[in-house]
Amino acid sequence: MTVQPKMLCEMEVGDRAFVYALLNEKNLRRRLQDLGMIEDTAIECIGQSPGGGLRAYLIRGAVIAVRDEDARQVLITPQAREE
Amino acid sequence: MAAEALILHKPSSNTPVIALAGNPNVGKSTVFNALTGMNQHTGNWPGKTVACAEGYCKTQEGGYVLVDLPGTYSLFAHSAEEEIARNFICFGESDAVIAVCDASCMERNLNLVLQIIESGARVVVCVNLMDEAKRRGILPDLELLSHRLGVPVVGTVAKKKPTLSHLSAVLWEEIHTPPKKFALKIPYPNAIERAIAIPEAVLEGCYTGHLEPRWLALRLLDRDESLTRKIESYLGDTFLKNPDLCRALDQAWRILDECGIDRDALQDLLSAATVSYAEELCKGVIDRKAAQWNQRDRRLDKILTGKWTAYPIMLLLLAFVFWLTVSFSNIPSAYLSNAGFWLLERLSSFLYAIGTPPWLEGALVDGALRVLVWVISVMLPPMAIFFPLFTILEDAGYLPRIAYNLDRPFQRCNACGKQALTMCMGFGCNAAGVVGCRIIDSPRERLLAILTNSFVPCNGRFPALIALLTMFFIGSKGGALGSLTAALLLTLLILLGILATLAVTKLLSVTLLRGEASAFTLELPSYRRPQIAKVLVRSLLDRTLYVLGRAVAVAAPAGLVIWILDNVTVHDATLLTHCASFLDPFAHVLGLDGVILLAFILALPANEIVLPLILMTYLANGTLTELPSLVATRELLIANGWTWATAVCVLLFFLFHWPCSTTILTVKKETGSLKWAALAALIPTALGILLCILFTATVRCF
Repeated sequence: MTVQPKMLCEMEVGDRAFVYALLNEKNLRRRLQDLGMIEDTAIECIGQSPGGGLRAYLIRGAVIAVRDEDARQVLITPQAREE
Repeated sequence: MAAEALILHKPSSNTPVIALAGNPNVGKSTVFNALTGMNQHTGNWPGKTVACAEGYCKTQEGGYVLVDLPGTYSLFAHSAEEEIARNFICFGESDAVIAVCDASCMERNLNLVLQIIESGARVVVCVNLMDEAKRRGILPDLELLSHRLGVPVVGTVAKKKPTLSHLSAVLWEEIHTPPKKFALKIPYPNAIERAIAIPEAVLEGCYTGHLEPRWLALRLLDRDESLTRKIESYLGDTFLKNPDLCRALDQAWRILDECGIDRDALQDLLSAATVSYAEELCKGVIDRKAAQWNQRDRRLDKILTGKWTAYPIMLLLLAFVFWLTVSFSNIPSAYLSNAGFWLLERLSSFLYAIGTPPWLEGALVDGALRVLVWVISVMLPPMAIFFPLFTILEDAGYLPRIAYNLDRPFQRCNACGKQALTMCMGFGCNAAGVVGCRIIDSPRERLLAILTNSFVPCNGRFPALIALLTMFFIGSKGGALGSLTAALLLTLLILLGILATLAVTKLLSVTLLRGEASAFTLELPSYRRPQIAKVLVRSLLDRTLYVLGRAVAVAAPAGLVIWILDNVTVHDATLLTHCASFLDPFAHVLGLDGVILLAFILALPANEIVLPLILMTYLANGTLTELPSLVATRELLIANGWTWATAVCVLLFFLFHWPCSTTILTVKKETGSLKWAALAALIPTALGILLCILFTATVRCF
């Protein structure tokens, strides 16, 4: 089964997905990893900022807001990779 | 920002030193305060503690020095705070580390705990905020966790002392038992494990310090530059030149190379392995489903950050806080001023009776003390009301939501959304706001936030703004309607300040501080019930009295200066008249007068005293003996040529002029450059002058 990965910023509020790859530049990639975002991490979009441009995600029990611009380089799939 | 060296104050050389580490916003400062009895300011937003704080903790068992480290997500030292924390834990003099975790977010928090344990430090895990977790139905199995980690784990509710004495006891036992053989190993992918083994074996032979050889080998493989420097200064630069070690590292790198793992990939793999291992360890310790969902928070977020509700609620909250401040500060103000002036009269008669020379009595009572009474009566009540209200919002976790809501405008200005947070801190105190800018990682964006921080009026400027608005735009109506109007006008004024913040940020980011907005992540913490009673006491005792104390220390000497200026006559006129008339022509262009400008200049050390100085100077020229109620003050100002236009100009200049000297010095300290400190004073001043001239010219046209 091959599902085309989507961008994190394409998630709508309420959507759930799994991280497929982090293609961000180094500093942000490290920060996201420190926040627990690695391949196959379950992620849920739980809100969008009222002005737009920023989305809040539930990652391992914590709520983290990331700008859409930066979330573009995070790829997600609806299913976790098979072990 | 340079990583500051921390000099510890130990009662004796064998007093144990304990570091307090953990993710941002897990209640480290609350634990620190509860253990040491100190009053570090706490708040519910990530990044509260920007520098290390140290305190002495006395327990039944004995005493130790506790060091509160800035909150970090990892020890890989990707940011200045992480570097401070890493250096202290690995190369500081700490005997053990208390790793504080948020019970509701164990999986993420364990990531850091694992890294600390891996470094070889002695660790006691403190699972804090157990009450919040319980409310959400999360009951971590601490015994199982302790078994898996191989270190003691204690559940705490930092607000409740008994849970902390248990922590102290466990900690004491831990540092007084010989270290156990290090057991926990984060499993890395095969190639990395093979690579580490080589330098690890060499290190085991030549390194005798307390750091774990495996950890040291990993960091050396990682070629972490800041760490290499640190190792050189810690172990001597010959250590890294050890030929055996160099050969081992070369061999290890070759293995990694053959497996196609470059430096970047190595870091990715190390991070991922730690996160996965944390996930693994948490299985069975917490119920994942419960940890994921927090219904109350999501409901609140829907309203407080909702598309249609977020901005109206923000404005309403702002106006509501102002309304409370305005309507509840008038009465205590009047009481304080009546009492103060009654005391002054008694003192005057007493001094007269004992035959004090009139000049001394004048300098003391009419100079120093009179300004003091004004400062206290005009400033204390609004501060004592506004500051706790603001702290309650901070405690509840609303501030990060403001940053979330306002990120878009800041992004448009090529700045960081966290600037909204530092802006909010500016409401309390601009100097604190400037220090708070450390939470912004990008140096360019941090400078933008520092330079524009004084556009929001601090606690020292609020009361004067409120007084002026009430006197000139509400009239003597008073009552509920009057204070409501004052609150609305004040909100408008603040909006003007926020607008200026955005405009100047944009202007700077296309000129002096050119650059694109850089990436950032913002954690939205759980809402917490504010500890209202504690907040009231804390903010009243700490902040209000501190700010007031500073104002008082400045007010009395400034009052004295004014009195002297008014009583020394040169060429038929007092010095005061000379100064004022010297400034008059320029002030006139701004729609002010010489006296007002002089007061602003003399009030450089503390904005709180501007209005009292103006009144004092006007009074020096006349002989008004009436007590300075708002009505009488208004009469006095009008008698000295004020119109509503003058009031508008003073309000504008209040909002936009040089920040107080403390703030300027703080900017110098934070940026390490006189140039930025000068700009931090010049930019608002230029804007203030410009706005005043424009307004005055417009008014004079009609």
